[in-house]
Amino acid sequence: MATPASQMLTANRLPDGQVLYWRGGEWVLELADGEVFTDPKSADAALAAAARFVEKNEVVATYLFDVRVVAGRIVPVKEREIIRAAGPSVRPDLGKQAAHVQV
Amino acid sequence: MPLIKNGAFAKDPFIFVPEGKAFPEDMGVMVTLERFQSERENIFAHNMPVAVKLASSENPEVLKGDLPRIAAIAIEFPIFRDGRGFSWARMLRTRLGYTGEIRAVGHFLFDQLAFMVRVGFDAFEVRQDFRIEDFTRAMGEMHYVYQPSADGKKTVFDLRAVK
Amino acid sequence: MYRYDEFDAAMVADRVAQFRYQVERRLAGALSEDEFKPLRLKNGLYLQLHSYMLRIAIPYGTLSAQQLRKFAYIARTYDRGYGHFTTRQNLQFHWPRLVDVPDILAELASVEMHCIQTSGNCIRNVTADQFAGAIAGEIEDPRILSEIVRQWSTFHPEFSYLPRKFKIAVSGTTHDRAAVKFHDIGIEIIKNDAGETGYRVFVGGGMGRTPYVGLEIGRFVAPEDILAYLEACMRVYNEYGRRDNIYKARVKILAHQLGADEFRRQAELEFAEIKKAGTLQLPERELARIAAYFAPPEFENLPEESPEFDAALANRDFANWAKTNLTPHRAKGYAIATISLKAIGATPGDASADQMDALAQLMDDFGYEEIRVTHEQNLVLPHVKKRDLPVIFARLKMLDLATANAGLITDIICCPGLDYCDLANARSIPIAQAIQQRFADLERQHELGELKIKMSGCINACGHHHAGHIGILGVDKKGVEFYQIQLGGSGAEDASVGEIMGPGFGKDEIVDAIERVVDAYLKLRMDGERLLDTYRRVGMAPFKNMVYQEQLHAAY
Repeated sequence: MATPASQMLTANRLPDGQVLYWRGGEWVLELADGEVFTDPKSADAALAAAARFVEKNEVVATYLFDVRVVAGRIVPVKEREIIRAAGPSVRPDLGKQAAHVQV
Repeated sequence: MPLIKNGAFAKDPFIFVPEGKAFPEDMGVMVTLERFQSERENIFAHNMPVAVKLASSENPEVLKGDLPRIAAIAIEFPIFRDGRGFSWARMLRTRLGYTGEIRAVGHFLFDQLAFMVRVGFDAFEVRQDFRIEDFTRAMGEMHYVYQPSADGKKTVFDLRAVK
Repeated sequence: MYRYDEFDAAMVADRVAQFRYQVERRLAGALSEDEFKPLRLKNGLYLQLHSYMLRIAIPYGTLSAQQLRKFAYIARTYDRGYGHFTTRQNLQFHWPRLVDVPDILAELASVEMHCIQTSGNCIRNVTADQFAGAIAGEIEDPRILSEIVRQWSTFHPEFSYLPRKFKIAVSGTTHDRAAVKFHDIGIEIIKNDAGETGYRVFVGGGMGRTPYVGLEIGRFVAPEDILAYLEACMRVYNEYGRRDNIYKARVKILAHQLGADEFRRQAELEFAEIKKAGTLQLPERELARIAAYFAPPEFENLPEESPEFDAALANRDFANWAKTNLTPHRAKGYAIATISLKAIGATPGDASADQMDALAQLMDDFGYEEIRVTHEQNLVLPHVKKRDLPVIFARLKMLDLATANAGLITDIICCPGLDYCDLANARSIPIAQAIQQRFADLERQHELGELKIKMSGCINACGHHHAGHIGILGVDKKGVEFYQIQLGGSGAEDASVGEIMGPGFGKDEIVDAIERVVDAYLKLRMDGERLLDTYRRVGMAPFKNMVYQEQLHAAY
């Protein structure tokens, strides 16, 4: 039986469109570094706090999305968010995934 | 709300009188189409300038016979993307030959102003913080136009013909 | 091809300055995102899954070498080294930064290009037959009217805030390569009994949630009346198109709800007034000026047969390519060459900066003024001497641009899908690639003949799946990517909307399902039939039975 989903908060940086993830009142580039909310109240509080970054014209399109933590790894529930966090699945040389070094 | 008329801030000669409210003595009155149609003679008997406010779904053709007696027509934009008002204004100016004030009210963007002027709007109810320099700027952004409209501005095709 | 005069150039320059100011205001916070979004959309700038996306207008799909080079330059300087050609003959860049877009627009303006009205609720890029000016039997080059419509529709003050987007396409031959019947307005150039040229106007075609074939509204519109007629149709739509529901806002809904007769009646009332006022009559001189830009190049007086071409056919690769990628030209000794952007395993419709530069160089070397983009996401060199084809082929081969699959099963029309697009429900590109790999064997492809697969990653149908002989629609089934098959669509003059076959398939099953459709076709077909023809003869049932029966058997 699947554990209930947790949530994360994402947005796009206004000047360049870069995908961002919320962590403790600021934004990081990598999903793996982002903050996971295990209860809806803290998720909603973060979404509300993110509004000031929208007002300051730093980010756009803030929203919450579902994730699960599996063996210490954050895995988005929806395929869309997996792709958004990594880059186009058909071009491993593009997007955030391109920066990752394969060991 | 601040009113821009003929490119400058102007005092609004009309007051909008909601349904059921009495007309003030000494001002032009603006009423909805519905009120105009049900109280027509009463409104004209008021003996001050009359303005009719149209919703975006209301075709101004229904006012055809009364146009000489209507000083201004306000066309509402409930949201900037509802572009019906552009067609209504053009119709008033060209097909119906209306020479009174056509006013844009409601929600519209600075970047729509130049198009509005082209189709026949000559007055705009704007936001409190609107600057007249922005209006002037909007008018000057595009030097040429490709297609004829109510403003009678010469098109690129006209300009090419005389070269 | 058309060249800007000082007025066209000023128009585009003014637009760049306007957008630069809009971006400034946005970054400074004088414009909110809600206020800025419609403005950036009118310059083709979307916010997508990973980043912004910029859509460049390629009017009626015609490009010069200089413009192609500029694309390559922009791809390298401002993006990730490639561009994507779309089903509306446009180009998309998938990684621009907002702060760079004003400069990108300025670069484009320097080569007479722009991103004007490539999105938003306005009249979009006018598309036309990619073989314009080259194909035999053409009544009139459709790009002449397309250019006239482009100018008339650019910054139209009355029609820039329509209920929804508006797409126009023009075809100049009986065989329709522009899918005019699937456009909001489709124009077919025809001759009447008196031999005069005129326009047949269809209104209300479209894809998406509710696909429709366009209704004939204007039976024969005289050339001097066409702008007035179009303006009349647009006015009816702007005034009465639905604005209460975004999914019911296209003109196809209004036109089919009113019916052809009533829509025509309203349009003709409006048309009569506009004609009376005489304001949209295009002067003869202007018509001639624009038409002159589309006069075909001087064709050399060549024999039909070319010894160089015939000798090269001994090379199997060249022979295969010649078989599918060449179309007969109206001039003796010439051919129309289709450059496939569907290499097996590549992203359909993508071209790298290197490929674009190399193509521009090839054009310069051979003196080709134009290259065309097709709405099936391929490129076309319209006027190639047959004797030059072996050398052209060799150069294309070195660039991975010689895939010999034009019109075959691996020539798949495919939207970017969930790999790129914010609207998508499922990925489309990897499925297209997997289908290509399954059918990579060229002999097998030839056995199947003309077979148009069109694939969309969501119901917005940018991949035109409703018009595919086989259409594939990606859906989200309880969070899992799922694929629905349709059969029998066609975007040609015999336009038809494909029929849904039945329950969908998971991403690990879809390629097998497509293979079973193909096997069914091979079992059922009679001489010379394409899959589309077989489907039209036998209907869905035999296909459905074989596909789902086989699936049942396979499960055991």
